Amino acid sequence: MNHSNSHINAFREQILNAAKTKVPLSIEGGATKSWYGNPNNHAKLETRAYSGILEYQPEELVITACAGTPLKEIEVALAEKNQVLAFEPPHFSENATFGGAIAAGLAGPGRITVGNFRDFVLGARILDGKGQDLSFGGKVMKNVAGYDVSRLLPGSLGTLALLLEASVKVLPKPAATATLRCQISQEKALKVLNEWAGQPLPLSASCWIGSSKGGDGELTFRLAGAAAAVKAAIPLMSSLVMATEVDSEVAEHFWNDLREQNLSAFANLDADKTLYRLALPAACGPLHITGADDEIILEWHGQQRWIRASGDEATFKSIKALANSHDGHATRFRQGANVDPSYQRFTLLSEQAHSQALEAVQERLRSSFDPAGVFATKRLP
Amino acid sequence: MIPMNMVTPPPELAAISALQSKLVAALHPILPEHALLWEPEDTIPYECDGLAAYRRMPLAVALPETEEQVAQILKICYAMQIPVVPRGSGTGLSGGAMPLSQGLVLSLAKLKKIISIDSFTRTAVVQPGVRNLAISEAVAHLGLYYAPDPSSQIACSIGGNVNENSGGVHCLKYGLTLHNVLRVRGILMNGEIVEFGGLAPDAPGLDLLAIMMGSEGMLAVVTEVTVKLVAKPKLARVIMASFDDIEKGGNAVAAIIAAGIIPAGLEMMDKATTRAVEEFVHAGYDLEAEAILLCESDGTPEEVAEEIERMTKVLEQAGATGIQISKDEAERLKFWSGRKNAFPAAGRLAADYYCMDGTIPRRHIASLLKRIQGMEKKYGLGCLNVFHAGDGNMHPLILFNGADQDEWHRAEEFGTEILEACVELGGTITGEHGVGIEKINSMCVQFGEGERESFWGVKSAFDPEKLLNPDKAIPTLSRCAEYGRMRISGGQLPHPELERF
Repeated sequence: MNHSNSHINAFREQILNAAKTKVPLSIEGGATKSWYGNPNNHAKLETRAYSGILEYQPEELVITACAGTPLKEIEVALAEKNQVLAFEPPHFSENATFGGAIAAGLAGPGRITVGNFRDFVLGARILDGKGQDLSFGGKVMKNVAGYDVSRLLPGSLGTLALLLEASVKVLPKPAATATLRCQISQEKALKVLNEWAGQPLPLSASCWIGSSKGGDGELTFRLAGAAAAVKAAIPLMSSLVMATEVDSEVAEHFWNDLREQNLSAFANLDADKTLYRLALPAACGPLHITGADDEIILEWHGQQRWIRASGDEATFKSIKALANSHDGHATRFRQGANVDPSYQRFTLLSEQAHSQALEAVQERLRSSFDPAGVFATKRLP
Repeated sequence: MIPMNMVTPPPELAAISALQSKLVAALHPILPEHALLWEPEDTIPYECDGLAAYRRMPLAVALPETEEQVAQILKICYAMQIPVVPRGSGTGLSGGAMPLSQGLVLSLAKLKKIISIDSFTRTAVVQPGVRNLAISEAVAHLGLYYAPDPSSQIACSIGGNVNENSGGVHCLKYGLTLHNVLRVRGILMNGEIVEFGGLAPDAPGLDLLAIMMGSEGMLAVVTEVTVKLVAKPKLARVIMASFDDIEKGGNAVAAIIAAGIIPAGLEMMDKATTRAVEEFVHAGYDLEAEAILLCESDGTPEEVAEEIERMTKVLEQAGATGIQISKDEAERLKFWSGRKNAFPAAGRLAADYYCMDGTIPRRHIASLLKRIQGMEKKYGLGCLNVFHAGDGNMHPLILFNGADQDEWHRAEEFGTEILEACVELGGTITGEHGVGIEKINSMCVQFGEGERESFWGVKSAFDPEKLLNPDKAIPTLSRCAEYGRMRISGGQLPHPELERF
């Protein structure tokens, strides 16, 4: 207790100091995703020392941990009880922390079926920009007392408050999984995945890798659920697309490499290029982006797409416009070494229809938690 | 259910009447004749929602038929600085739609079109007044349904569901409203149209859609909701298990989850409830059992067979004294009929009942039930316990006679003590019914001053003038100070400003 208090007191001191000097603090966990979001050179507030699992009762399906806890430690503790973070947050290296994963709000292959990080956050303890120690939500699945502030934290990239501790819902590891693979065009893959998603089938994840210019690519899809359901679905689904089952160890590596962006289609980003992330509605068919690299990756039944193209502003502008025209949005996810780091990484609220008024709401919301701008790094605009 | 026993006296009749005339004159040009009510005989149905004990007459009631009218109404009220209380179907159980005597009730009931259904993307776009069940009915032919199923789903509206973040029997497996809504279109108090979330898996900026969920009509007026549809399971079967001890029943719930099973539904009833409902529905419940668990599996026939077998084993190991598995759909519905009829059955046992809605960690189910048994003696009132055991959400039904003022007072105190016990056990004062006006004092118990101040900050970010449903959900500092003094002195009535007779 004293140990935790001393960390929290140190955080508070740093926050109050920053509030006084009006110089923002950049919150850092394991620094495994420091390339994500708009960069800044502000002083760091490091959370790693505030580490540890505070409470984990498997039958409650909830784990509570400090922000600095290694994500790996949490996943190991869950695995011992045959449970998982079902949305499969990426680590992007050994040192990823729980708090960093929440702040980034990213999710892996399972997201399309089970939901996003915020869907699993049940409660949070924070220090706001005034150094106030506040707790929102709780450790139970159903809770509508007060506004759901803790769910604002995933994806906020440290621009709202300092996360101290969070309670997250966990799920049992699926009783059975199977991975299948086939050669199929992008258009057909999108069609069949969405059709399957609307049927009582245990489809849990998908990834299509191929050429943006057309032709067949490689579709890998994962089934997860009761053993009987997976077993029954394999012949049914594979016969439709002429798929074959992938060895389970190979499959596990594949989904892991996809989540961690270790696949060849992600690796070796040219110095003047950018890896763009497109978030799109289910209805969006194949997109043609002029000047993009040939190889593209589609995840989440086509709702998350990865495209490598020139890092200049004109290219991002046209990609944003394209995503926008399909009711989606685009992000400069990773940038090559020669791309100007000062480029805005995200689509702005003001660039989207019916979101303009939310820009003012968001600003007021931030300043209500952080009137002095302690967390105003603009890492997330 | 609960008789009218509290009416707020209007501060000053003449001033109210003048304000009413001004408001009606301003709204008249933009609304058809039948869409604006202000005569008491027309507005009286709106004086309360599903929590009938709390009533107040509004200045007027507007029933717009288009989003454009909603925006205009808000702009007018904003300009006149008149508070607005949005209202869906009026089925809320916490008084979230209780009018303000100097405010307008804005009913969204006439915005009830299903705008589009897309089976390929598994989405439906609906207006806020569309009933929850109407969505599932409209997409049933596509093999899809809308998963959240609050008990009031025949009547409650999707706009209300968004504002309460409604759950239901199946939310353990399929999630709350939060998990099943992609986009909400709404209007801020100043009349600006905004969209929260989107059809893509995420949206730019902070996740404002998340904070809209369960915001009790205080942040924006919902005018359109895009919901996620899911594939209808091919089959569902339910296990009914009896336990001779409430603690064993509670432990069985934990054991099922610990075994890695997420049942489609996991509900529990205590002995008093079982007896009350059996008399009402004749479902063949075990009347000797101290607790009955209903544990449902859904999916493909193979999946259900496998899961039922696993669940049965766990329940047997947990010491179930009897196990019945539904043979067909008719029997499944029969097993559920008692749970679904707990409220009307309570209505047969006593003149009135007061439904609570706390959530606790599952492992404390048995200890809370034991505490409630003690409270029954303390307050001299009976209590039926039904709950969504899978997620620890309890609905104790306190039985009382509303004609007896002292009994209602004791029922309220009883309820407050249950909620305080929920907070003490690491839970919350409301799982799915919302804070509204009913539990506003209990918010002082669950949250400290800093958190409550932050809630006001959130409110002000959306509605700086605090005109949208301003008296609900978040207590003011002075209210909590007053409540604290009252709890210390003990035995005083909550809501001292409300007259009782």
